[in-house]
Amino acid sequence: MTKPSFVYVSYIATTPEKVWQALVDTDVTRQYWVGPSAECARVNVSDWKPGSKWEHQRVDGTGTVDIVGKVVESAPPRRLVITWARPKDADDVANHSRVTFDIEPQSDGLVRLTVTHADLERDPQMLDGISGGWPKVLSNLKTLLETGRPLPRPAAAA
Amino acid sequence: MPARSSDIDKVFKALADPTRRRLLDLLRAESGQTLTALCAHMDMTRQAVTQHLQQLEEANLVAVVWQGREKLHYLNAVPLHEIYDRWIGKFERSRLGALRTLKNRLEGDDDDKA
Repeated sequence: MTKPSFVYVSYIATTPEKVWQALVDTDVTRQYWVGPSAECARVNVSDWKPGSKWEHQRVDGTGTVDIVGKVVESAPPRRLVITWARPKDADDVANHSRVTFDIEPQSDGLVRLTVTHADLERDPQMLDGISGGWPKVLSNLKTLLETGRPLPRPAAAA
Repeated sequence: MPARSSDIDKVFKALADPTRRRLLDLLRAESGQTLTALCAHMDMTRQAVTQHLQQLEEANLVAVVWQGREKLHYLNAVPLHEIYDRWIGKFERSRLGALRTLKNRLEGDDDDKA
């Protein structure tokens, strides 16, 4: 494996099952996953079986697909590995980056969620977008799972 | 609550030191650095850098990945976002943004260094 481009860690007072559900269940995902400029929620759609495709879709009525990829590894509720690409690169595996979600229960009732994004070097623009996106998504996810409430949206997304 | 208060305390304490903020800046400029690579930029002993990194790790501001025998350090911005949401996000973002743009322009600093 090449050196990961980004590693993000969040400690969340919840269970591994709930973290897993938040990643794959669109009803949960739409409550915390916002796009880069928070204009609308996003969901990840797949049957989450190894080899299956997955799509990162906007929840704004258009169903626009911003990111696509394949499920590489799916071991609920501990580990999910997916590839990550622009839709135009769907069949060009050389341009896919790789995202790994590791969900580890800790002794103190917390769950450690680690998101590792690797092989992003080929796409500097994607690299820029993602460096701002993951911390926001993970911070929102923690708030949702610990309080049951998504973060209030800014009144104006500007 | 986005985070337990003791976690938030650790983040603020970690950020209160200029050396540790410098380490975070170095990791933001280039993620996944070894201790040796970081020490090359720091005018202090390797042991002192190790201690600062340890504090950053405990505050979860630095995440660590082992690759073979190399320990790689990453800036973990998630706790910063929690602070942002808790302490800044509720204020008027657009006005703060306008003030910052003005400050950057007056100081001739277009770079997002703040």
